[in-house]
Amino acid sequence: MYVAVKGGEAAISNAHRLLADRRRGDRSLPALSIDQIVAQLALGVDRIMAEASLYDRTLAALAMRQARGDMIEAIFILRAYRTTLPRFGYSRAVDTGAMLVERRISATYKDLPGGQLLGPTFDYTHRLLDPSLLGDHEVAEGIQREPDTEPVMRVSDILAGESLIEMEEPDETDTVPGDITREPLEFPLGRDERLQALARGDEGFLLALAYSTQRGYARTHPFAGEIRIGQVEVEIDIPELGFAVSLGRVQVTECQMVNQFKGSAKQPPQFTRGYGLVFGQSERKAMAMSLVDRALRASEFGEDIIAPAQDEEFVISHSDNVQATGFVEHLKLPHYVDFQAELDLVRRMRREYDAAQEIVEEMKEAAE
Amino acid sequence: MQTAAKTEPARPLSASDVARKHRIEHLGRATVEEMSRALDTMGGAPEAVNLRGPETGLVMIRGRMGGTGSLFNLGEATVTRATIRLANGAVGHGQRLGGDKAAARLAAILDAMGETSAHRKAVETFCSEVATRLEAEDAKLAAETAATRVDFFTMVRGDD
Repeated sequence: MYVAVKGGEAAISNAHRLLADRRRGDRSLPALSIDQIVAQLALGVDRIMAEASLYDRTLAALAMRQARGDMIEAIFILRAYRTTLPRFGYSRAVDTGAMLVERRISATYKDLPGGQLLGPTFDYTHRLLDPSLLGDHEVAEGIQREPDTEPVMRVSDILAGESLIEMEEPDETDTVPGDITREPLEFPLGRDERLQALARGDEGFLLALAYSTQRGYARTHPFAGEIRIGQVEVEIDIPELGFAVSLGRVQVTECQMVNQFKGSAKQPPQFTRGYGLVFGQSERKAMAMSLVDRALRASEFGEDIIAPAQDEEFVISHSDNVQATGFVEHLKLPHYVDFQAELDLVRRMRREYDAAQEIVEEMKEAAE
Repeated sequence: MQTAAKTEPARPLSASDVARKHRIEHLGRATVEEMSRALDTMGGAPEAVNLRGPETGLVMIRGRMGGTGSLFNLGEATVTRATIRLANGAVGHGQRLGGDKAAARLAAILDAMGETSAHRKAVETFCSEVATRLEAEDAKLAAETAATRVDFFTMVRGDD
């Protein structure tokens, strides 16, 4: 039951003013610029873009600053902003095979066309705090080396050459995929809708689910076939011109997980696949996404659904951190009337209990 | 911009289509400073009427399952576009990722100027300068990445 109550305007207004003050903090320090956030907190900006499902580094950095670094708040703000913009259209599919690669590794092949390119990775760092970053020391530029001209071949294409992995080919008509931002979720979902939901899903939630599959809750025996990070062209058809043009490039992280076999009477045994594709440099998220994608394909491969990571409705209904935070945090909104009703109820139950106890006591005394 | 999922080109592109496509793409990556400087050398930005925009909206970026399979919607990106008409009737389109309306409009003006015989050459030259910058940026990134390539060597086991 909702009852309109007035009051609190001054408190709210002062609280917002105080929030702005605390956000700015010590005035003797220079204010953070959006450019600084984009350049120096780049992976945080990427996470906001990925989970807000909106690629725009400037706006993501603005959201991060406005949210005082609270990632889910920033994602919420950016998600809300996107609803104010018109949809111009849909791009052609990005071609991750033609990516301008910034990092590419495979855990399945040591020597492969294009090589193992480590890029700007945290891997192999010692995870020791670096006191030099307390100050502002000169930082050397990256070393350059003449790149190879050989193309950076997809690992899945190497396996596909021997048809040892399930093929991923466009369906004949290139069917328009479902769009969870336009149609309400209806279970069971297609893999297209699941991938869209996972691409914007909470990194922590997907990481935990992916971890659960490794610990035995729906084991899929995964290998990181390939992880690549880099820039891809975004092309869109322009009807006025009658051809497609590139709008520019976006950075994405792709993970091809190679999983254990499936075969049937009709099909020889072959590796199965899990796929992760995420905005920005977001390797952990792309890997987690590919593990969860594979786990969610259980029914497609006739696997028993026995673990949370295989339960599509459970995973997809709880992967969106904007929805999740909305429902959890709504508990702090006034529930005064609801609570009064509960209070009355528990008091009445208590009176009835006490009355019943008295009768029992009287009967005991009478019996003695 | 349309919503069809078809990815095959609707028709083969003519030489002038290809030139226009490259021009629009290069102008879409040029900075406001680069375009303002180029327009100064062409006698300043001409008067232009806005036919559409400049306006910012969203494009849903699509991916393919496994990189090569069926389509899915990955997420949206902000896009800003502008269509203008010059006094001589030439129409220009400008568009780019992000929210920079001034840049989209300048790109549309330069695209329209590229359609006129008076400025075609100058706009082409400008676009090739932008292309040179972009290629240099890509080459630097590729060279930095190449330096992080792992050169494996096999340890020889001793006999003792």
